[in-house]
Amino acid sequence: MSDSRRNFLVSSFGASGAAWLTANWPAQVAAAEKAQGLGAFTYFTREQAADVDAMAAQIYPSDATPGAKEAQVIYFIDLALVTFAQDKQDIYAKGLAELSAKTGGRRFASLSSSEQIATLTSIEATPFFKTVRDHTIMGMFSAPQHGGNYKKIGWTQIGFDDSLNFRAPFGAYDKA
Amino acid sequence: MKKYNPTEEVDFVVIGSGAAGGVMAKQLALAGFSVVVMEQGNWGAYGHEQDYTKDELSNRFPTEQDLLISDPKKHRNTFRRNANEKAVAGNHNFGCVVGGGTVTYGASSWRHLPWEFDEASRFGTMKGTGIADWPVSYDEIEPYYTQAEWEIGISGPNVKTPLIAPMSKPYPCQPLPMKSSGALVMKAAQKLNLTVTPNVAAIITEPMNGRSACINCGACSGYGCQTKARSSSAVALLPFAVATGNCEIRVNSYVREITVDASGRATGVTYLDKVNNNREVFQKAKCVVLSANGTETPRLLLMSKSNRFPQGLANSSGIVGKYLMVGNGGGASGLFDDPLNEYKGCVTGAAVLSYVPNDVKGRGWYGGGRMTARGQMSPMQYGLAGPHGAPSWGAGYKKALIEQANRRLTMVNFISQLPIETNMVDLDPEVKDVWGLPALRITTTSHENDFKAMRFFIDKSVEILKAAGAHTVWADQVNDSRGGSHARGTCRIGNDPKSSVANKYHRAHDVPNLFIVDGSSLVTGGRNHPTMTISALAYRCADHLVKAARTGNVTI
Repeated sequence: MSDSRRNFLVSSFGASGAAWLTANWPAQVAAAEKAQGLGAFTYFTREQAADVDAMAAQIYPSDATPGAKEAQVIYFIDLALVTFAQDKQDIYAKGLAELSAKTGGRRFASLSSSEQIATLTSIEATPFFKTVRDHTIMGMFSAPQHGGNYKKIGWTQIGFDDSLNFRAPFGAYDKA
Repeated sequence: MKKYNPTEEVDFVVIGSGAAGGVMAKQLALAGFSVVVMEQGNWGAYGHEQDYTKDELSNRFPTEQDLLISDPKKHRNTFRRNANEKAVAGNHNFGCVVGGGTVTYGASSWRHLPWEFDEASRFGTMKGTGIADWPVSYDEIEPYYTQAEWEIGISGPNVKTPLIAPMSKPYPCQPLPMKSSGALVMKAAQKLNLTVTPNVAAIITEPMNGRSACINCGACSGYGCQTKARSSSAVALLPFAVATGNCEIRVNSYVREITVDASGRATGVTYLDKVNNNREVFQKAKCVVLSANGTETPRLLLMSKSNRFPQGLANSSGIVGKYLMVGNGGGASGLFDDPLNEYKGCVTGAAVLSYVPNDVKGRGWYGGGRMTARGQMSPMQYGLAGPHGAPSWGAGYKKALIEQANRRLTMVNFISQLPIETNMVDLDPEVKDVWGLPALRITTTSHENDFKAMRFFIDKSVEILKAAGAHTVWADQVNDSRGGSHARGTCRIGNDPKSSVANKYHRAHDVPNLFIVDGSSLVTGGRNHPTMTISALAYRCADHLVKAARTGNVTI
């Protein structure tokens, strides 16, 4: 979704419209909230969102180039859990509770980067981690309309051109 | 569109709207007969194809309304290696929309070669297999291949080589671009002395029959085609059937039984109206054409039990569902220095034809295969599968993902599989689908010979990738298929009612007004590119059926 569309949604629907939209237009609501930068989420609490955001940032880190944080993957996941991935809500609820137990009640987001990596490595084989991993990657590389891949950051990184049509030659080896 | 009342006896009910059903519907409707096509799936974007999504996420998680391929969670099926095992939940699926599998298929459209119709006579049979000659020769089917290619719309090379079946007329369209994958394989072919051609595809490259040419958008295999360039049954055949005013396509209609009268003639079909609380409806018909695909066709026959046909309909031979061939593959991948950008254009780049023929003495195994070149496709799929030889997340994952992006070439091979009686589909004795009908059960393990074939093609793939200049090459594991597309052989045609289900014109040996034509009809599997042969068989069947109906040989 384009920035102008986000802004349009924000300006068109104030707080009073939000309840109706939550019920009827979750994709747009989430996108609008995201643009507002209020940290308001459709599925996650703010604390949960901060933890999942930190997980995503370790799964697809920001270094010399942008990562999951800049691609706003957290909003993709938040939206996914109330749309096509509703069946994964339990995995997140249970997984986040277990994560909290593992860190002795400290928020995952508050751990140092090396502590976060060690924690994630220890839960690598769990359905929770695998789901967050897949959702992070989907949020990086699916169309921006789904909440992530902000400004096509993910697509740009892997050289994916989303034009509607192409003409040969397509690559380096079929050039005449 | 013409609508028939189910109580009205129509001339033909055609079960299935895919590669075979579309041909049957069109030819029968054009000949003036009344036809109802039964389709389990929904419309898809029939008639408004621009609405097929190119969005990878929406395509991967379609809503019920937009479903193009059956969902194994609903169309439950089970799998086991052999009859001694208890079957576990399976992932088999099939095209489930108006147009069937042709709406989303890769669209490769190779003819079988002349010697693929009489392999038993030509090369001999093998103990423990059901290798047999077809009751139809290549010369008999050739005119129907030509008709299918021109009416459906096929693009391909016009090259004369013994590795391609002789054609009485060239393809109507020039081939698709070779892509970078094709160019690299061509380079290897020069070193290794291999024959490589562009793919033969049911994708038009110039305007044809009111449809526009392929725009190389890349949202291809697995997606519905927005421009109607892919010659699916839903754009190339069914609209012409409907335009006659004789044909109704009845969607969301899940046939659960072909009914018969006391004399053993088919009287029509009973189906579940999926959008009306699955209420049962009986559609009366003078003649039934079964084209539901290589697994749904035998399943429906086995579900159509009656006092007269206690083993299932048209199954006096006991071989309905047997000799299943699900299609083996396996290959290798390599990485190159520069981007191939294989996500642009149709999925398949080029074909290596050199190993299509049999060479039992030279290679020590029976069969052959067609190798195809392709690369990494859509971005989400690439990210989820991950880069080669890297961690599955974190900094190492990201680095490798970016470095390898668009630089992968994969050889995907289409390999022969021997028909074996114990490889089969039947009805699971316990599991039901969500409509309460017995789940499909697949039992299959490839013949030892076929594992040798897969090994051969994996090794050849590695050789080609190295010759093409890949700096890193890795091979697939040898693994035989458990189901999915390309199911064949489960209602084989033949002259002997004891060893085949239908005759050479596809008339069921046991039921005079039941015709069975689709992937299930194939006697041997060819090189695992079945669709063009299914189309040609259907044109031939329809030609015969129209003549028979007009002369009273089928009572209409």
